[in-house]
Parts: sequence; C-alpha cells; structure tokens
Amino acid sequence: MDATVDTRLRFVPQRRETWLARLFDSKAFLVTLCMLPTAGLLIVFLTYPLGLGLWLSLTDTTIGQRGSYIGLENFQSLMDDPVFWNAVWYTVFYTAVATAGKFLLGLWLALLLNHHIPLKAFLRAIVLLPWIVPTVLSAIAWWWIYDPQFSIISYVVVDVLHLRDHYFDFLGSPWPARWSLIVANIWRGIPFVAITLLAGLQTISPSLYEAALLDGASSWQKFRRITVPLLMPILSVALTLSVLFTFSDFQLVYAITRGGPFNSTHLMATLAFQRAIPGSQLGEGAAIAVAMIPFLVVATLLCFFGVGRRKWQQGGGND
Amino acid sequence: MTEPTVITAEEEFEVIAGKSNDRPEQLSWESRTRRVITVYIPLALFLIVLLFPFYWMAITSIKPDYEMYDYKKYNPFWVGSPTLENIRKLLFETEYPHWLMTTMGIATAATFLSVGASVLAAYAIERLRFKGAQHVGLAIYLAYLVPPTILFIPLATLIFQFGLFDSPIALILTYPTFLVPFCTWLLIGYFKSIPYELEECALIDGASRLQILRRITLPLAVPGLISAGIFAFTLSWNEFIYALAFIQSTEKKTVPVAILTELVTGDVYQWGSLMAGSLLGSVPVAIIYSFFVEYYVSSMTGAVKE
Repeated sequence: MDATVDTRLRFVPQRRETWLARLFDSKAFLVTLCMLPTAGLLIVFLTYPLGLGLWLSLTDTTIGQRGSYIGLENFQSLMDDPVFWNAVWYTVFYTAVATAGKFLLGLWLALLLNHHIPLKAFLRAIVLLPWIVPTVLSAIAWWWIYDPQFSIISYVVVDVLHLRDHYFDFLGSPWPARWSLIVANIWRGIPFVAITLLAGLQTISPSLYEAALLDGASSWQKFRRITVPLLMPILSVALTLSVLFTFSDFQLVYAITRGGPFNSTHLMATLAFQRAIPGSQLGEGAAIAVAMIPFLVVATLLCFFGVGRRKWQQGGGND
Repeated sequence: MTEPTVITAEEEFEVIAGKSNDRPEQLSWESRTRRVITVYIPLALFLIVLLFPFYWMAITSIKPDYEMYDYKKYNPFWVGSPTLENIRKLLFETEYPHWLMTTMGIATAATFLSVGASVLAAYAIERLRFKGAQHVGLAIYLAYLVPPTILFIPLATLIFQFGLFDSPIALILTYPTFLVPFCTWLLIGYFKSIPYELEECALIDGASRLQILRRITLPLAVPGLISAGIFAFTLSWNEFIYALAFIQSTEKKTVPVAILTELVTGDVYQWGSLMAGSLLGSVPVAIIYSFFVEYYVSSMTGAVKE
C-alpha cells in the first residue's frame, strides 16, 4: 500500500523543474518530435522518390549516367512497343482473373470455416501459411511443380489417372504460362481473403439468421440478403488492397517465368525492372512504372467507391 | 430403413433444433451426409491444395537425387531413403548461413526502426490530437497504398547518390516506406482502444506527457506493439524487389534473393538444394507466426477493418 502512494507522490515534485521538462510538456514541440522520424522517413524515401520517378520518366537516364530532359519521348517509344502493350494487357487480365478467383474461393473457404467444425483455430492458423511464407520461396515450389519433366501434376494426370498421354508444358508456351502464374497467385491470395472475410462473418449477429429462418428464408436468400450486404464494408477494403497488390505484383512472375516465354508473361512491374536494372535504361523503366499509376488510381477508386456506394444504397450503417 | 418413419411435427422441430436424442435415423444420416459433402469434403480439398506445395517442398528437400528424378521406380509422394545431403550441401557448400544472418539482421533493424517511428507517430495522431491530425493519418494511409514496384527505380538512384548502394543500410532505411504506414495504422487502432480517462487521471496527478506515454500508454499498448513487430518482421523477411535491386554482392544478399539468384545456376537446377533453401527460409517466419498466430489474425483483420 505504502509503495503505491510513494510512486504516485513522486510525480509531483518532478514537474516543471527545468526548461527541458517544460519543453517536453509543450504540445507543439511534442507533436513535432513525435512526427519527425515518420515524416522524415516517408518524405525522403517515399514522397521524394515518387516525384523523382516522374522526373526520371522524362529523361534518358541510364545507370551510371545522369540523363537530360527529353520530354515525352520515353512514353512515345512505349506507345509503339508491342512488348509494353502486351505487358499492360496481361497485367489487367492477371489482376482481373486472379482477384475474381481469390474472392470467390476465399469467400467459399470463409463460409466453410464459419461452420462449427473441430480444430477450428488450428485450421484457421494453417490455412494462412501460403500468405505467411515469403512469396519467392513458395513461387520456387510452384516452379518445381510446373517443371516440364518432373511436374507432379503431370505425373498424376498422365501416369496415375491416364487422362492424357503426354506431360503438360506449363511454362513453355504463352497461354499455359499465363494461366499457371494466375493459379499460383490465386493460391497465395486465398488465405488473406478467407481470414479477412471470416472475421467479417463472425461480426454478423446470429439473431439476423434466426429471424430470417422464422420468416422462411432459403439459405440462398440468407446469403444474398444478410451475409453479402453485411460483408460489403470489409469486402470493399479487402478488394481494394487485393487489386492494388495484384496489379503491382512482381515476385511471383519474376521467380517463376521472368516474363518469358517470348515476353508473354511480363507484368508492367517486371518489365519496368527488366528495362531499368539489367537493361540499365532507368528512364524507360521509370516511364513504365509511371504508366502504372493511372491504373492503380482508377482501380482503387473503382473498388472503394463502387463497392462502398452499394453498401450505402442498401442502407448499411455509416460506420 | 424398410418401414416408413412417421415424423410428428413435434419431432421434426426437435430435429431442426438439434436437441432430439432419438432422432429418426434416416434424417440424421441425411443431414450428416449432406454436411460431409457440403462442408468437410470441400474443406479437405482446400487444405490439400493450400498445403500441398509445402509438403512437396519438404519431401523434395530430403529426397536423394536418384529418387527425385525417377517417378516410375519410386513413389514420388513418399521418400524411400531420406537424406540430409541437400541440406548439408546448402549449409556447408553455399553461403546460406551468412544470408540467413544478413536477413535476420536487416529484418530486426528495420522492425525496430519502423515500430519506434510508428509508435511516436500513432501517439501524436491519436492522443495529442493536434490540428490536422486526421489529414496526417489519411496521408499515412495513402502512403501504404503506394506499391514498392513503382518506387524502386527512383529509390535506386537515390540510394546510389547517398552512396548506400550494395549496403544493408539501404534496405534498413527503405523498408520503413511500407512498414511505417502499416504499423502506424495498426497502432492508431490500438491506442484508440485504450481509455482516454487513464491519461486524464495521470495529467491531473501531475504527470508530464512523456511520463504518460512511457508509464501508461505504452505498457497498455504492448499487445499492439507485439503485433506491429511481428508484421514488420515478416514483411521485411519476405521483401524482395528492393533487396534484388539494391544489393549486388553475393555475401550481402537476403535469403529470398540469394536463393533465386545464387542457387539457380545454369540450365540444370539443383532442385533438392533449392527446395531445402526455400524450406529453411520459410521456417523462421513460420515459427514466429506460430507463436503469435492469435495476435496475427486479430491484427490483420483489425487493420483491414480500420
């Protein structure tokens, strides 16, 4: 008892002793001090590089040589570059298909995990593994799964099930390679969507379903009229993040195909890297990276407001 | 079931409510089958698909070469004579231990830097409530939406100008660009959950604001600090593009980059060592994660909800 009184009393005499103590009690000083590290880091390594990237895209900088201003020349040459347009097209396709796949399967997995099942916490934990493990490392595992000679999928389909008579060539030609990458991306993204939506499902009050049951609603009606509208807020945030990070994906493609075969699987990010670092055309790489920005902005606005407005139309709470 | 079972309305209600002890067998069998088909089988399929690549990684890394490349003679899903040869090669014939230490060091330093900066920023935004705090919070959230893939080219030139190219410090300083926004948002959420009254009491008792932060707010925010730390550590461990672009010499590479650029040589891939390297590179993250899985899940969903 005495000890607690002592420490409480000890606060008092320390107060306002020196100019230093007074300084640390001034709110303006404290705010500046607290924001300084974050502001410094983000301005120097995020805001400034963003601007610098815009500037670089207007120059012909190469590695080791300071470039000069060349206007929109980089963009003009990209306009006539079929490899660039192919990358733009594949990036959009990759994002659309992979996001749709992730959300459909992720929602299904979330609904399954929302049942009363044994070992629920354990299942929830191991389901997250593909999301936790470094993407490049799991991508290497997929690379091995897609191996032309020793693919385990080919082995099962050809030698065990006898459904085909020759092995799949997953990464050797453009379309199979594109789909293989999308499958690997969906595999990696399902856990994030499932666990996020599961958290959303658990906030929905069971009494709503009970009320619907009394009113004679079918399970589809319950899903359509209760689950979906109440999931919308969390869905819109998860969708925005997922679209953003799928669009700017780099690791998976770089690890599995490096853009090949015949540049058919280049995403804008991998193309920017290839032109800028191994190709040492920093200006051109920066122009490709800058070309991603409008897509990112539109995708973000579309997901956020598109889904957000539907929530508002359905009379969801304004939380 | 030969004779038809007559179910009274009362019994049917009990079946629906799931309370009946002697339910008609047919109904219970039906519902159990239905449950198996609609819940357990899809769930099992999901688990198999989600976990198979890890199983495949693990089993490949302990297979001897003659088993790995001969599916006709040896069942590929099992290993006849497990060997540690691949792991031994990895640990003693490559610089793998070195890469592990480098990655660990960089991830730890970046984590402390980011969590430190984020705690102060989150405290200022959520608790000091200065003018424009909301806008600053929004700006930090927007910073989280800027993907590293559009930043790495200008950052590379910046790193070069600073003379930090090929130095681990470059990574320690650039990782906070995605760690700080995320941790700040996570911690703002945590600070919100701490009652403001506690700080008011301390203010009345004559504590200075720094004392309040140190003795009241921070101890209460420890769970938040832990989850921010785990997130920051796993995100830096997994980071790839900056490490690929800013580091050149073999001995300074991080694990994900080194496996892809140093172990993949020529046309013949050493799949055994590659898989062993991937497995060992995943283990530290998996261990940290398994200790803090509850924090991880709650903060991941919490951060999305914010």
